[in-house]
Amino acid sequence: MTDAPVIEAKSLDLTFQTGDGPVQALSDINLSIARGEFVSFIGPSGCGKTTFLRCVAALEAPTGGTLTVNGMTPDKARQSRAYGYVFQAAGLYPWRTIAGNVKLPLEIMGYSGAEQEDRVRKVLELVELSGFGKKYPWQLSGGMQQRASIARALAFDADILLMDEPFGALDEIVRDSLNEELLKLWARTQKTCLFVTHSIPEAVYLSTKIVVMSPRPGRIADIIDSPLPAERPLDIRDSQIFIETAHRVREGLRAGHGDAA
Amino acid sequence: MTDAAVMPRRTSWQRVRGGKMLPVLSVLCAIVVIWYAAAVWMNATWTLDQAARAGTEPTFAEIVADTMVQKRPLLPAPHQVAATLWDQTIEQKVTSKRSLVFHGWITLQATILGFVTGAVLGVAVAVGIVHSRTMDLSVMPWAVISQTIPIVALAPMIIVLSNAVGIDGRTVPKTIISAYLSYFPVLVSMVKGLRSPGAAQRDLLKTYNASGMQTFFKLRLPASLPYFFAAMKVAVAASLIGAIVGELPTGAIQGLGARMLIGSQFGEPLIMWAALFAAAILAGVLVIAVGLLERLALRLMGQPGQGGAR
Repeated sequence: MTDAPVIEAKSLDLTFQTGDGPVQALSDINLSIARGEFVSFIGPSGCGKTTFLRCVAALEAPTGGTLTVNGMTPDKARQSRAYGYVFQAAGLYPWRTIAGNVKLPLEIMGYSGAEQEDRVRKVLELVELSGFGKKYPWQLSGGMQQRASIARALAFDADILLMDEPFGALDEIVRDSLNEELLKLWARTQKTCLFVTHSIPEAVYLSTKIVVMSPRPGRIADIIDSPLPAERPLDIRDSQIFIETAHRVREGLRAGHGDAA
Repeated sequence: MTDAAVMPRRTSWQRVRGGKMLPVLSVLCAIVVIWYAAAVWMNATWTLDQAARAGTEPTFAEIVADTMVQKRPLLPAPHQVAATLWDQTIEQKVTSKRSLVFHGWITLQATILGFVTGAVLGVAVAVGIVHSRTMDLSVMPWAVISQTIPIVALAPMIIVLSNAVGIDGRTVPKTIISAYLSYFPVLVSMVKGLRSPGAAQRDLLKTYNASGMQTFFKLRLPASLPYFFAAMKVAVAASLIGAIVGELPTGAIQGLGARMLIGSQFGEPLIMWAALFAAAILAGVLVIAVGLLERLALRLMGQPGQGGAR
């Protein structure tokens, strides 16, 4: 594997023109993400964490600076299907079964029928939804729906997984177990993950790198390389090193808020 | 006995007792009662006039009795309409000019043709409007304006014009009028339905680098189906009205509209009312047919509610 960063942002700016005048959503973002990293973006609403993810996905266009994904422009990367995107809402099509939903990107990308079946079976196994392929989304719980939407993003084997608060709407118990599963999944697939969250424990538990952001204008307040070991059972969250890291994230968030006030 | 495990399906009697049918039946009864009262009230004038001419004064019971059996009542009593309806359907050969089945079939043909034409046109224009801002701005206002013109004013013109260009018979102009009435609800609903997928769902397809065609067939079209069927129910009833209106201008001798006109022109209210009810029953059957089709489609698409899986 090459050492070139998978995602690299240099003095990235994004200003939205709104009815109330320009709003600077991202200001001077400098960030480099290596292959296989798990990077969390944390910060209060309006800090630009989702906007940054959308820039990487070429769903928003930056107004300044440079951003490369796999060494290409984000739009080229999107066209070469470099990433899978998991939205906050599972957004499964109610008229398709779970297998049908996972198949959707494969149909669009023109995989053969046999290949589609094969991949659907594999990714459903990966997110532990084997046997639910024939169910419709409304027959599944919120957590299972979100797992299906992760399976959908994994189905076409993009190396980058972009996740925008995928577990934000779920209760904490479900969230814990999904976090644990996500880590296992990440370890197995070796994908580069970008994960937007509101939750400090979630960010610390999952990440190899935590990007703390602050609002108005959206900018990076701190980048923390996680000192946690690769092997992370759920009870690591009671360890001293976990608490210290969480504390540093909290400090970063507080400092960011102080600047803005 | 009637164990729940043995009899999971509720019989219609159980539903009546369950209270669902009771309100329905109450409303029906109320309508019939009001109708009878109105028939007595409206037809009494004629009874009193006749009595005055004969120099007698009828009792209230005699008035009521007479209002129920007049040959040309202002407002026929329900049982009179039912009897006429029975006589003109079951008791006639279906090819007879006196049979409402015959006339209903004539109207139904134009209705179905108009409905299909209108639905295809409505969906096609909606697809254009959703995909082209120019079409949205240029076509939509005309579609709205088209519906502000009273169809009774337009219908004779369409018939005269289609005769002038050498089209024989009434099926074509009736189809046009019927389609004219039915395309609009389809157009409006389909525009809304095709636009119903939110930004997030469109973004998702963008991340797959999906083409416009793929977005249409995989997202917009299936998302619009519930809107489509809602529109179909309105459109099928509108189509029937269009076909009947196409039969009203002078000259038509076949179809439910022609029967209504004949009934009113020759002072035969029973014929008119029977045709009116035949049309209402036909509309009901058509709407129910569309409803069944909807259920089937939604069930195939795995939608809950609407009679799909429980």
